Amino acid sequence: MSKITFIDYQGNQTEVEATNGDSVMEAATQNDVPGIDADCGGACACATCHVYVDAEWMDKVGKPGDLEADMLEVADGVQDNSRLSCQISMSDDLDGLVVSTPESQY
Amino acid sequence: MGNTGNVVIIGASHAAAEAISTLRRAGWPGQITLIGDELELPYQRPPLSKAYFKGELEFAKLLLKNEAFYDKAQVNVLLGKRATKLDRQQQSVMLDNGESVFYSHLILATGTRARHLPVAGHDLPQIKVLRTRADVDDIKSALPQGGKLLIVGAGYIGLEVAASAIKNNIDVTVLEAQERVLSRVTGEHVSGFFQKRHAKEGVDIRLGASLQSFVNQGAKAYAKLGTGEDIPFDCAIVGIGVVPNVELAQDAGLACDNGILVDEYARTNDANIFAVGDCANHFSALYRNRIRLESVPNAVAQAKTAALFICGKPQPYNQLPWFWSDQYDIKLQTAGLLSGYDRSEIQGDPDEAKFTVSYYKQDKLIALDAINAPAEFMKAKKAIIEALSAN
Repeated sequence: MSKITFIDYQGNQTEVEATNGDSVMEAATQNDVPGIDADCGGACACATCHVYVDAEWMDKVGKPGDLEADMLEVADGVQDNSRLSCQISMSDDLDGLVVSTPESQY
Repeated sequence: MGNTGNVVIIGASHAAAEAISTLRRAGWPGQITLIGDELELPYQRPPLSKAYFKGELEFAKLLLKNEAFYDKAQVNVLLGKRATKLDRQQQSVMLDNGESVFYSHLILATGTRARHLPVAGHDLPQIKVLRTRADVDDIKSALPQGGKLLIVGAGYIGLEVAASAIKNNIDVTVLEAQERVLSRVTGEHVSGFFQKRHAKEGVDIRLGASLQSFVNQGAKAYAKLGTGEDIPFDCAIVGIGVVPNVELAQDAGLACDNGILVDEYARTNDANIFAVGDCANHFSALYRNRIRLESVPNAVAQAKTAALFICGKPQPYNQLPWFWSDQYDIKLQTAGLLSGYDRSEIQGDPDEAKFTVSYYKQDKLIALDAINAPAEFMKAKKAIIEALSAN
């Protein structure tokens, strides 16, 4: 199990325990974390699980893949630290991860 | 019943999970009751024909919310129970075990069921449909390694299962009555692209096929075609479309016409009853037409709409319909509805497996298919909303 902290656009924090191998999106939806819609359920088809990765975690989380980068290119409110949370797989390395959610998903 | 009311949701799937989440977040103070005829808590259905079929995802990973969520939201969860009758005067739902549940607000999320195939032998035990987790488990146990799967209907489900099964070394034949695959949901370019790819992967697709009957002979079952050919199979899946589950609503006198009729707040013609998702037929302000959609995003957004209305925070539903399908390494994303298009335009190269097809009606962009082109899909969603909202 690894811990993830979600911070919504108003600064409210939610901590959840994620099973390693689950995506950050799955951990969020299963625990009903606000700010992540995940309309497509993790198929990388909708860009409604957009998160901002905390600066300290950027290196460990890494860059988006090609498909994901294409989606992010046209999503709203994209920053350098934007990722689709369905494409981030949890592991011991990411224990303690901090991400923020946008005010609304595309 | 508590004096603050009870929102009863019939149908335990995507819409139900979203409705519960939104009700509690928007401050619903009363009870919530969830009634579902399957044994599982709400789970993701799209992977049933894909990752779950292939055995890449265990069932627990499909649950939309964990068990703790329903405890925390204080939901009275009634699984494995079927609603048999609505009494709108008493505001109660009768269950198949004889119990009744009273509601202040009722959300019908009854979904659809597989369309019946009216040919002789349709009731052979080898002939299945794919709607639920139990269906997939049953299908998989009927298919030995190297077994023969027959799929009737080349729609999304049929083709997704074909792609999943052939990767698991199952021999796959697809029968399609029309002259091309996906004929109900896409244009000729995209149909042609998928036909080629399935053929290349070894799927035997029979277009314009005329299925006469199913028969059992010895250890195998056979599909008899109009051409005189017999196709053997261990298991057949019928995927020729769905029909909305409207009987509960209809028998209670709610207005139905290809689905339960609802307005932009998901309200039926009974002020206390809402209908959402695949079973509901709503007026789309964008397409200026009544539509019934078979899609997860629609179910989720309509559920949210109904829940917000119940909480006194109405927000009209007016989303652009969109769909997706994963087959092999191909991602098809469709923005909008192409029904009634008079011109289509292809951009990119199908041979490169990356292209889009734009569909126009009177020079107005009404829909777009994106093959492995997610950025174009995202842009098209915005462009179509603009085009439809103009004038």
